[in-house]
Amino acid sequence: MASVIQRLKAYWRTFSRPSRHLSMGFLTVGGFVTGIIFWGGFNTALEATNTEVFCTVCHEMRDNVFAELKTTIHYSNRSGVRATCPDCHVPHDWTDKIARKMQASKEVWGHIFGTIDTRDKFQQKRLELAKHEWARLKANDSLECRNCHSEVSMDFTRQSMRAVEAHQRELVPGNKTCIDCHKGIAHQLPDMSGVEGW
Amino acid sequence: MKRSTFFIAAMFVAGTTLAQSASDEIATLRHYTLGDEPEPPRIADIIDSDERRARIHPMQPPTIPHKIDNYQVDLRANRCLSCHSRTRVEESQAPMVSVTHYTDRDGIVLAEVSPRRYFCTQCHAAQTDAKPLVQNTFQDVADMLGADAASQ
Ligand code: HEC
Ligand code: HEC
Ligand code: HEC
Ligand code: HEC
Ligand code: HEC
Repeated sequence: MASVIQRLKAYWRTFSRPSRHLSMGFLTVGGFVTGIIFWGGFNTALEATNTEVFCTVCHEMRDNVFAELKTTIHYSNRSGVRATCPDCHVPHDWTDKIARKMQASKEVWGHIFGTIDTRDKFQQKRLELAKHEWARLKANDSLECRNCHSEVSMDFTRQSMRAVEAHQRELVPGNKTCIDCHKGIAHQLPDMSGVEGW
Repeated sequence: MKRSTFFIAAMFVAGTTLAQSASDEIATLRHYTLGDEPEPPRIADIIDSDERRARIHPMQPPTIPHKIDNYQVDLRANRCLSCHSRTRVEESQAPMVSVTHYTDRDGIVLAEVSPRRYFCTQCHAAQTDAKPLVQNTFQDVADMLGADAASQ
């Protein structure tokens, strides 16, 4: 027993002493590699939470926004290209992604502590949640939409007249951005009384 | 007695033949016996041409010349009014709903669209390119007036 303690003590001494045997180079490279491993793990965890499966495990999302998405063009269309939750809701840029995740944690908190546990409560909260998304998309000029759509690639001769007129009048000159005109593109709208343009 | 029996029998035969030819005509819409399940026709495309159509009489609700897929009309939001209401037409360049939509049943003009005109698709319908199943013999009143004038 005593010898075990002795040996542990010895290990501890080597461990806590400034390094004599390991080269400076090893420490730097080793630290770098470990860093990458942890960083990767963190990002992997981040990616795992960045899938539609994760977004819809909790029933608020499955029964409300996901059920609604299923009836729209972003879930099923003739070309078979789908938009998933993170395509529209999680920024691709890393810092923006972390910022959005921290905000989303608050929404997960709301789930665990049952502040949004029925359709009714969800509907009451809905305008507030929608306003966050509108403000975000307005501020970044609808970046997430533009990851898939680009007005430069739109063939106006193939769009409907209503679309062409609106896009040429407001979108091309940059007066408005996608979310100004395309609210409710993926889910049902909250109570819109008082919202600008409704 | 014999004559009347013959008459009744003749009526009966004539009646069943008539009924049969009538039921044949109805069956032509279906082409299948009751037990068969016909191949459903392709779903017709909505016409999204943005070309307004003539109305068959002045009080007809005009048909919708654009697609309305997923346009939400319920207690919370009315997508149609986000383009067609009085205050929105400048931006949308859509035709404004006429004053009848702001009028209640006592003829009073309201500040907002009257509740009886809130659910637009009760009266207005988008159109598809489906082929009509039966011929339509409707005659426009203008044609009838024209025909009348010509025959006089
Ligand atoms: C993952 C890629 C992707 C993202 C992100 C995306 N879309 Fe789409 N969008 C599509 C596809 C695919 C279609 C269907 C194209 C087709 O088959 O006609 C579509 C269709 C549309 C349509 C046409 C609807 C109709 O009824 O014809 C609109 C409007 C639209 N998107 C707006 C948006 C807006 C606004 C955003 C941002 C909030 C957005 N999209 C984000 C891929 C995307
Ligand atoms: C000024 C308002 C406005 C802006 C800004 C706008 N749109 Fe539209 N868009 C419309 C209207 C109006 C229509 C036709 C009506 C409809 O589809 O509901 C339309 C239709 C579309 C369609 C379907 C085209 C068709 O022929 O059916 C797509 C796709 C689309 N928009 C994508 C976008 C994207 C992506 C952006 C941002 C880059 C954007 N729009 C910005 C008003 C706008
Ligand atoms: C095509 C883009 C798009 C996709 C895909 C999408 N959303 Fe949204 N989402 C939006 C927009 C835009 C809003 C802002 C409110 C609005 O306009 O409807 C929104 C709003 C929300 C809100 C706030 C409440 C509300 O309804 O306004 C929640 C929660 C949400 N989305 C969750 C999801 C989940 C979960 C998924 C995947 C099942 C998903 N979204 C897929 C575009 C999208
Ligand atoms: C994005 C704006 C927009 C939305 C949303 C919209 N419309 Fe329209 N509507 C128009 C425009 C613009 C026209 C003029 C013809 C055209 O360009 O299609 C029109 C034309 C019409 C007409 C034909 C009027 C006439 O005199 O012949 C009817 C009826 C109509 N819309 C009904 C509706 C209904 C019902 C809805 C909702 C289900 C709706 N619209 C949603 C823009 C819109
Ligand atoms: C009870 C039936 C009814 C309902 C509901 C209704 N309309 Fe109409 N609408 C009509 C009739 C009838 C006309 C034509 C005569 C008139 O102008 O009153 C008309 C005319 C119109 C016109 C053409 C106006 C013009 O001056 O050329 C538009 C656009 C229109 N409706 C849009 C709508 C919209 C949008 C809604 C939903 C908010 C709606 N309507 C609800 C019956 C209805």
